[in-house]
Amino acid sequence: MSTDATMPRPDKLPWTAHVATYLYPTLVTLVLFVIWEAVTQAGWVSPLILPSLSSIIHTAVVKFPLLMQMSGITAMEFVLGFLLSVAVGLPLGAMIVYSRPLETAFYPILVAFQIVPKAAVAPIFIVWLGTGLSSKVLIAFAIAFFPIVIDTVVGLRSAQPETIHLLRSMGGNPLQVFWYVRFPNALPAIFGGLKVASTLAVVGAIVGEFVSAEKGLGYLVLVANGELDTRLVFACVLMLTLLGIIFYFIIEITEKLVVHWHVSARQLETLGGGA
Amino acid sequence: MTASAARVIPIHHAAAHTQEFVRIKNVDKVYKARGRALKAVDNVTLDFREGEFVSIVGPSGCGKSTLMMMVAGLVPVSAGEILIKGETIRKPYTDVGVIFQRDALLEWRTVIENILLQIDVRRLPRSKYEAAARALLNRVGLGGFESAYPWELSGGMRQRVALCRGLIHDPKLLLMDEPFGALDALTREQMNLDLQRIWLENRKTMLFITHSIWEAIFLADRVAVMSPRPGRIATVIDIDLPRPRRLSVRESKQFGSYAALIRERFQAFGLLNED
Repeated sequence: MSTDATMPRPDKLPWTAHVATYLYPTLVTLVLFVIWEAVTQAGWVSPLILPSLSSIIHTAVVKFPLLMQMSGITAMEFVLGFLLSVAVGLPLGAMIVYSRPLETAFYPILVAFQIVPKAAVAPIFIVWLGTGLSSKVLIAFAIAFFPIVIDTVVGLRSAQPETIHLLRSMGGNPLQVFWYVRFPNALPAIFGGLKVASTLAVVGAIVGEFVSAEKGLGYLVLVANGELDTRLVFACVLMLTLLGIIFYFIIEITEKLVVHWHVSARQLETLGGGA
Repeated sequence: MTASAARVIPIHHAAAHTQEFVRIKNVDKVYKARGRALKAVDNVTLDFREGEFVSIVGPSGCGKSTLMMMVAGLVPVSAGEILIKGETIRKPYTDVGVIFQRDALLEWRTVIENILLQIDVRRLPRSKYEAAARALLNRVGLGGFESAYPWELSGGMRQRVALCRGLIHDPKLLLMDEPFGALDALTREQMNLDLQRIWLENRKTMLFITHSIWEAIFLADRVAVMSPRPGRIATVIDIDLPRPRRLSVRESKQFGSYAALIRERFQAFGLLNED
């Protein structure tokens, strides 16, 4: 009995590849920071327009407790908004795939809803739900849930017809087809949607805070801007960026664990190995 | 193979048919697309006995895959009737192993779990079949690959796993739709030898779809030649070659005359033009 040659597992990356992965972007960022610092220290730009990096960091350190408190509030808003969009988006996507009448009824409304600029309807949500947490969560949800629905639909529809025939010849019912084939097969697409949604949820929370709020990083940006405290505005933006990156990476790590079998997870290894 | 003895034979069936395991009676398949009716299968009648290896050979698009799907109960017939063990097929027939050209392995399951999918979907106890799955893997030369993922395997190895998945529940009937069509010539020859060996061990009733004249003759007890669309059975040829057949059987005079017979049929359809 012959056995064809196996595809070799991609070897562990050489340490130099790992270093390059982190070193190059770090170097580029550092160079940009040095230029920024030099330009602002030289006094070519008014600190009101662009404060120096060191003064922003100084502000961030001095106002750290305030920034952390505001970050916590904003993070709560976008995480809850994101979770709500997952809780609604996944079942809605599945319903659209499984029910022709539901698809006919809901799909055009979904698309129309997506076209409505969410920033424009944000004040309405504030009127409905007040200036507290719930209105921000709803705005974050409204912005974030669409890509989850769309990618769930695309993912669930991408199963090979042969695989579904196979399950039916095993006596599989539609629920089994869903759990054994359609859902796992959709996971790479769903995670694509989750990543987009994670960044959109942050935008949603800030939009909500811009419209009306008494706390949160978006609120702090407005206050600082009103007081011409450009350094604090930048410090807030810095915090928001950090929060967004952390949130995105949590989803990416989850993806790596859940869909480790997918091409997207493997190519990183092989491409990295070839570099 | 005592199933035919236990079977209740409907009175209107002639006694001469008692041995027939699968009966395809005057089957048509008409697809309706954009208001036009397209006849894929035209008045096909073909019976095969329990333990018989039947190949259907025909040009691409002649409806031979459709015919197999109808036998599996995965596609309804437009006219006529298909009976397995005397029962009309109206829904997916489950005492069957189906193997497609695309292996339809689940990328997120390891090799052994892909085989056990058959067991999971049928809600059979895994513990009773795990040893059998390992034994099957050994028989097809894939011992030691139990915990590999499909992407780590070559096309030939993947198709072997699909074969194991089709055999693990010990079905009475195997349906194979151009299973080796996507493999390179050398791997394909090996797969033919392996399939013959496995078939000789348990003599399952086999319906094997191919467009390779050589493969059809090499494997089958009988070869049914199908015409281009709409597919009809043009000839059924009994292959009287001793088993186990070796690759060199191709050079025998008898093999050559079978091949010539089929080729002449194809030429009569205007398929092979040598001028």
